[in-house]
Amino acid sequence: MTQTQFSPSITSRPTYSQLQSHGGSPAILVADGSGGQALLDLIARDASVLDRGQIFFVTAGTEFGAQLREAGAKAYHQGLFFNEILTQYQAALAQATMATRIYLAGSEGLIGHATAEALAAGIDAGSIQGEHRGGIARRMQCVHCKGMTDDVTTDPFTCSHCGLNLFVRDHFSRRLGAFQGVCVDAETPGEVPETQEIKL
Amino acid sequence: MTIRFNDETFRDDYTHFNSPEAIQRFPFPFDRDDYMYSVNIESHTSGPKGTPFDVAFDVDEHYVSEMRDLAITLEQDPKRCQSLPHMELAGWDLLELIMTSKVADYPDLFELHRDGNAWRWVNKPLGIDDSFTFLDASTLPYGPMEYITRQAQGDFAVLDQRDGSLWMDAGMVTCQADWSLDFNIGMNFTEWHAPVPKAHEMRIFERALKFLMNVQQGAPSRRLNWTMTVNPRLDTSPENYHLWGPEKRTVTPENVGQKQYLRVELQTFWRLPRSNALAFPIRCYLANLQDLSSVPKWGRRLHRVIRDLPDELADYKGFTLNRPMIVEYLSQFDDGAETSLGIYPAEDQS
Ligand code: HEM
Repeated sequence: MTQTQFSPSITSRPTYSQLQSHGGSPAILVADGSGGQALLDLIARDASVLDRGQIFFVTAGTEFGAQLREAGAKAYHQGLFFNEILTQYQAALAQATMATRIYLAGSEGLIGHATAEALAAGIDAGSIQGEHRGGIARRMQCVHCKGMTDDVTTDPFTCSHCGLNLFVRDHFSRRLGAFQGVCVDAETPGEVPETQEIKL
Repeated sequence: MTIRFNDETFRDDYTHFNSPEAIQRFPFPFDRDDYMYSVNIESHTSGPKGTPFDVAFDVDEHYVSEMRDLAITLEQDPKRCQSLPHMELAGWDLLELIMTSKVADYPDLFELHRDGNAWRWVNKPLGIDDSFTFLDASTLPYGPMEYITRQAQGDFAVLDQRDGSLWMDAGMVTCQADWSLDFNIGMNFTEWHAPVPKAHEMRIFERALKFLMNVQQGAPSRRLNWTMTVNPRLDTSPENYHLWGPEKRTVTPENVGQKQYLRVELQTFWRLPRSNALAFPIRCYLANLQDLSSVPKWGRRLHRVIRDLPDELADYKGFTLNRPMIVEYLSQFDDGAETSLGIYPAEDQS
């Protein structure tokens, strides 16, 4: 199994499935880490997805970059972090038309962030697909200071902006592409429960 | 009937109080001795005289002070009021609904003079006398939704109806039971209810959504919801949880009767005429255990409901910690006698 099965308990959380090609429609393909393999699998199933496609890849220590670069896309952008290629991604979204399809693959954090950017650029939710691959790191928004913390794998965690200790609430906003983090020791300042790995 | 408006606060020194009349008309949410989630929706076209169920948008002794508290909250966090661009027409619908309803229910407090789109609105309790052009936002100091909800008690969610669901695309939310408009804005009915336990499996939301999508103009509905709050605080937002959370630990067996409040939400549902949006006012009422148990029926019943409430609900509502103290305090009012059906104070009234 390459695709992750998530707990169905959180009804605000998006569900992910295997990317489906829409052939030669204009396409924006974004992936991080082992999501790169999901793009390669998609291209193997239908190479025409790259006819008018641009790839944005966040390497995250993986080796898929070389293959993706050679895959035949109209444009290829690569970065170590999503923020490094965010401006190019936003520029591509700004040029998107009604026919443009968005393919996202990799961590839930990347899919969430890239979805939020696409929605903010006016892309219809129905034109966006996500395939989850790799770890279960979450992108979290601190409900207190509104700052985003990427790649959260523990509960509780420390807000990278305001420093409050936050617990990971099982509530997800598609608009923000993030889960909600809420102060864990509000009632008893300083009494922070033991850190645990986030479960699916 | 004239209302004497309290001069009171809902933060810091918490000088909020309920007069004996306010206690008698409190919307007690339990019509029997136990509680579980249900699709508890009824028509909002009438109710016993003097109760909050008898008017469209209840105005009570807390009005002026609550509006002052709202202004403070909004000043500190402007994101409590948001409206996505396509919701402006719904804002005008809401403004019209609230103005015409307040004038009909409280002609001595509010006036609306209309000459085509040239409107003059007089709000005597708040000392407002504004002339503006209906449907022209440039003639108001705020957007239409913000303008009118700064003059109406409670929270307001304004829902766009499309693609088989309701979407939280606008709202004014300053006295919420621990949820964030800024986080929820843009979500649909299923998404924003995600954190609620049990109700999804009970298929409550499925049935409630179906009902709401069919609410017709001129036929509003209502339901009651409730939780527990320490101190008479309107702004129990997740944003400020680190500020009010510590207050939960200040409850003792000696002060629980005064400090522990039952927080009741009178929620109503209104179809709006031009936008086809749904307005969802959430009016918050606060009364402490001591005041509530001055009504014998309520003291007995509250004891039984809180004692027997499923743990998951007490957890979700955030009062697991203080529940034993609350139950212990309330037990003194429960002599084991039977209680009559219905929510109203008198034993023979249902
Ligand atoms: C369109 C109107 C409605 C809006 C905007 C709304 C909004 C909300 C929100 C924001 C919450 C808090 C969720 C959280 O924990 O983050 C909530 C809770 C809840 N809602 Fe709704 N709701 C609506 C209609 C209804 C209806 C018709 C029902 C009918 C059964 C319902 C049942 C509930 C229940 C049972 C809870 C949990 C409350 C508690 O235990 O304190 N809601 N709602």
